[in-house]
Amino acid sequence: MSNENWQLYEIFIRSAKGLSHRHVGSVHAADPEMAIEAARDIYTRRNEGVSIWAVPSSAITASDPDAAEELFEPAKSKIYRHPTFYEIPEGVENM
Amino acid sequence: MGALATNTVERTLDQDRFDYLLHLGDNALVLGQRMSEWVGHAPALELEMAVSNLALDLIGEAQLWLDLAGRIEGEGRDADRLANFRDALDFRNLLIVEQPNGDWAFTVARHYLFSLQHLAVVERLSESRDEEIADIARKVRPEIAYHVKFARSWIERLGDGTEESHARLQRAIDRLWRFTGEMFAPDAIEERLADEGIAPDLRTLEADWRAEVEQVFEASGGLDIPEVKRMTLGGREGHHSEHLGHLLCELQFLQRAYPGLEW
Repeated sequence: MSNENWQLYEIFIRSAKGLSHRHVGSVHAADPEMAIEAARDIYTRRNEGVSIWAVPSSAITASDPDAAEELFEPAKSKIYRHPTFYEIPEGVENM
Repeated sequence: MGALATNTVERTLDQDRFDYLLHLGDNALVLGQRMSEWVGHAPALELEMAVSNLALDLIGEAQLWLDLAGRIEGEGRDADRLANFRDALDFRNLLIVEQPNGDWAFTVARHYLFSLQHLAVVERLSESRDEEIADIARKVRPEIAYHVKFARSWIERLGDGTEESHARLQRAIDRLWRFTGEMFAPDAIEERLADEGIAPDLRTLEADWRAEVEQVFEASGGLDIPEVKRMTLGGREGHHSEHLGHLLCELQFLQRAYPGLEW
């Protein structure tokens, strides 16, 4: 079989109601329906999910790895953005 | 005299249930074995996972039917025993499921035509008066619904695909059609069980099956339903094609060579 008409789909699985979809991997497929079927067989066969998203990989715009310094470096020195300086009052169990 | 007559009827009913459960179990077992033959040979890794999942569903279904058959028989045979130590003549599966895989088009055409009947049967069996049969049917129904969906998507994809994919699928349908009549031709056992409210009356399922097939074929690049003068029957009576023996040879080899082997 020629696979020249197949494309790559990124697969996102929601593991339970209330949680967000998370990227789990990718599949090759001839159309979106087949991508869902393939993802079902590959990524949910051990009961991992309740919902699947399939997104053509070509539809994803990625950040430029060479731009990592200008994109992410400025955040590193701003530790005050992390909520680590607060005292958690006694009796608060889950934060 | 009255007691004797009652006993005779009960024995017959259990015998009917046993044979019918072999029929259901053998359909799933033989098709499951066929699908497993694709492992290592499927057109793509994704499809390899898909067919092996379908195969596992079917083998799991076969185990449920055959275990129940063995319990009804009451002679200590479980699903493994029934699967591995009967010869082709004793298999009661439909002829369509034993047909060799051929190409991918043939495999998905076979799977679509059979699974659509299979789904209708387990839907009806979910309402069976026999609670044990109904329980199993309810358990497998969602799996078979997926089989129909999967196979249908491939009918549409190949039928409405390229000239070659359409031609291959049409060729597969032309070769398979003569085995479709058997799916709706009950034997005396199934007729008696239908009267008892245990099995569905197969003849009432054919119109819906045919309507869906016509609709899907029409929407899949206009696939034709071939004219077949006489349908090929005989699976329920053990009159199989030569292909079943070869399939069983592979399926049963280990237990025949090393009886009782476990791992």
